[in-house]
Amino acid sequence: MTDAVSFPAGASAKPARRDIGIKRRYAAERRFRAYGIAALSFGILFLFILLYSVVSKGYTAFQQTMITIPVEFSEQIIDKDNERATDPSKLMTANYPVVARNALAKVLGVAENDRQGLRAVNQMISDGVRGQLRDMVTANPQIVGTTQTVSLLAAGDIDSAFKGQIDLTVSENNRKVSDQQVGWMNQLAESGALGKHFNTGIFVNGNSSRPEAAGVGVALIGSFYMMAIVLVLSLPIGVAASIYLEEFAPKNKFTDLIEVNINNLAAVPSIVYGLLGLAVFINFMGLPRSASLVGGLVLTLMTLPTIIIATRAALKAVPPSIRAAALGLGASKMQTIFHHVLPLAMPGILTGTIIGLAHALGETAPLLLIGMVAFVANYPTTPMDPSTALPVQIYMWANEAERAFVERTSGAIIILLLFLVVMNVGAILLRRRFERRW
Amino acid sequence: MSTPLILLILAIIAIVCYVVGTRHALAIAGGVSSKLHSRPGYYGTFVALCAVLPAAIILAVWLIVSPFYINSTVLGGFPEDVRAKSQAEQGLAFGMVSSLARGMDVLTLDEIDSVGADPVALRSALGAKGLPLAGDPEPYMVESAGDLNAMNKISNRLMTAIVLIVALIGAGFSYTRISHRFRARNRVEKVILGSLVVASSIAIITTIGIVLSMLTEAGHFFGRVPAWEFFFGTVWDPRFAAAGATASEGQFGLIPLLLGTLYIGFVAMLVAVPVGLFSAIYMAEYASPKVRGVAKPLLEVLAGIPTIVYGFFALTTVGPFLRDISSKINGIATGDFANFIQAQSVLTAGFVMGIMLIPYVSSLSDDIITAVPRALRDGSLGLGATKSETIKKVVMPAALPGVVGALLMTASRAIGETMIVVLAAGVAARMQLNPFEPMTTVTVKIVSQLTGDLEFTSPQTLVAFALGITLFVITLCLNIYALFIVRKYREQYE
Repeated sequence: MTDAVSFPAGASAKPARRDIGIKRRYAAERRFRAYGIAALSFGILFLFILLYSVVSKGYTAFQQTMITIPVEFSEQIIDKDNERATDPSKLMTANYPVVARNALAKVLGVAENDRQGLRAVNQMISDGVRGQLRDMVTANPQIVGTTQTVSLLAAGDIDSAFKGQIDLTVSENNRKVSDQQVGWMNQLAESGALGKHFNTGIFVNGNSSRPEAAGVGVALIGSFYMMAIVLVLSLPIGVAASIYLEEFAPKNKFTDLIEVNINNLAAVPSIVYGLLGLAVFINFMGLPRSASLVGGLVLTLMTLPTIIIATRAALKAVPPSIRAAALGLGASKMQTIFHHVLPLAMPGILTGTIIGLAHALGETAPLLLIGMVAFVANYPTTPMDPSTALPVQIYMWANEAERAFVERTSGAIIILLLFLVVMNVGAILLRRRFERRW
Repeated sequence: MSTPLILLILAIIAIVCYVVGTRHALAIAGGVSSKLHSRPGYYGTFVALCAVLPAAIILAVWLIVSPFYINSTVLGGFPEDVRAKSQAEQGLAFGMVSSLARGMDVLTLDEIDSVGADPVALRSALGAKGLPLAGDPEPYMVESAGDLNAMNKISNRLMTAIVLIVALIGAGFSYTRISHRFRARNRVEKVILGSLVVASSIAIITTIGIVLSMLTEAGHFFGRVPAWEFFFGTVWDPRFAAAGATASEGQFGLIPLLLGTLYIGFVAMLVAVPVGLFSAIYMAEYASPKVRGVAKPLLEVLAGIPTIVYGFFALTTVGPFLRDISSKINGIATGDFANFIQAQSVLTAGFVMGIMLIPYVSSLSDDIITAVPRALRDGSLGLGATKSETIKKVVMPAALPGVVGALLMTASRAIGETMIVVLAAGVAARMQLNPFEPMTTVTVKIVSQLTGDLEFTSPQTLVAFALGITLFVITLCLNIYALFIVRKYREQYE
């Protein structure tokens, strides 16, 4: 443009060309562009802050402080009157925490009549040792009277202190571990008795009010049952509905209604499905509260629209030439669809299904309403038993006041996110591997 | 026979029918399947369907209807004075009868003889079997329990017999129909088509279920609390009455909850709309394919993270951060280190919800912006406009209806969002305009009214359904309006 303007010879005396504010406009252009970059970075930045905050709080949950010491299964404490042969319940009700306490006191050199010292020692071990030692003894009653080396669960506060999550510089009165206990902790750590081990408990234990013994095992089973129910129900129903709508449905008011309906159901807030489940499945049909069956049914209804929309897109993507060829060779319409169109659309359908399942796995709100916020410590054996789900477990732990539960909650979130990553990556791989371009 | 056993028998019958039907069809054709109208498998399937389908339908209907019939007969057999009592007491009595009936099934004949007609002895006998009763049964209850057991037994036998007979008749009848010219495939395909129609009407049934269930429960609620007090009340104070106490009904005003919902949604949209829109514009118009290929999936990861994770993030990271920073700012400005932002506040919940909504805004608007025809851009650029001028003056106006539709859909998500506000917004239902204070939302109150022990007769519980139907209607209207706008827009360039 400059060339064009400067063309007439001798026109240099002419005033500069009309000011069209090129500078201002380019500045505006750069600003606009910067806004875009800023917005994009803001979103991505917060993704990383979110992930960082969860991971930095939660990775320690996969390690657990254990105290490995020789424990004397003293007959004096467990079975004073030697009744275990006649009365097996003796072994169930024996005072195992004292057994563990005495063992630790012996290692630390705390005298047996030092009551305050013993109490401080007792606070270092988790109350979960009761079950641990009981299970050992009931499995093998011969060990009563012998000394065994056992790895005991350290108490939640000791666990936090050992992982450096408790600020030891604050005054002793304002923290949950005393200086004496910290000293013992360091002493045990130096001797190798106290150390961090991989925490299998968080994967297999049920819920517990003690953070060090709490795990997501029960929640995993509950979530697994629900996902199985969602898959078994929503995939066939969703595929059948999509086939009808895409291939058979005549264009009339009724099918129009179904279509508008499905689009709207996909956008209904998930908590409304919880209300539906409560009113219909629990109140009207009388199914048990807190059961994974009800959770599965509710999540099925919630996932169906997603699967239907994905399946219809996959069916639409199969070119008409496939249909024409099958029909031309004498297949019926049903045969064309079930033998040719459906198999070709399957990768797309499965991708949509996995994404729907991943969404259902992370869903919390409807499950709260159908009573899955229950304290469940035992494994459910059938989908009719009370159970809980992974996201609900996270919600329950997030409401716990104890500091150590923050770590557990973050750990559970990491487990949940890992499942979601696996599912989504699976969906992407499936799409890459089998997707066809016609 | 138990229901699973009957189902198993039906499954076996189906398999046998399939094999026999297929063989029979082939035998009729003399082993040359091309002589048949349909492929042999279709004949087998036809026989199996004829045998199992009617039987299964009868089984389902029987299982649903018979308990109603039996229960009402047993209730009708109660003495006059019991039937004169309230519904709740009759329900209690019936509960006792049914647990008695279950218990009497467990007891052996000898034990029943030894107990005789003494209800107290019966109770202790049942207790010993691990079936404790709530109280001593009255004599009429024992009698009714006997009736109930007898009727259940008869009903079960009758059901088993009828189902199996129907299955055999169906199998026999369809077996005789098999011939060269019989169109088995058409019949089978009709059944398949029928099941497809049933599957697709589940969407309709779900909607009807949502509307009906919420309308009935909300109807009960409005029977106790006048509708105008709910919709226009400005005080939310449901007062969980202690068990047995019937004194106060509490006040159920929707306005404070609705205000909180809209306020938090508004803050969320304030974050999500600019960030989402500018991200979408940048990705659609400026970014190189490489940047787009990285940034778009990353933003979409935000949409895949469960909302409970956002809630936890708000509760443990964003909330405390805002609280601490506010106390620092306050300290620098006035010397008083009191925090003016609460950890649970409209700002915390709205901000985190806004981050959650970014990918919804960006991916929806990205699609709409890229759908604007190339020619419009080329025209504008050709006239000397800069890229940003083109976007502001040509692309965005063309995309506006679609973008507005996308924003409406996002807003409906913000209104229906639950877990973030449950953890980060607080539970105090207040009417105020300070974004640094906690407020509460409709969804939070649905959750808090429905967790814990429920009694389906108290307005404290039923109000959740009235809140739910309000939420449903609001989001439905937003979505329908959004769809309407998007559809209208789509027709412009076609």
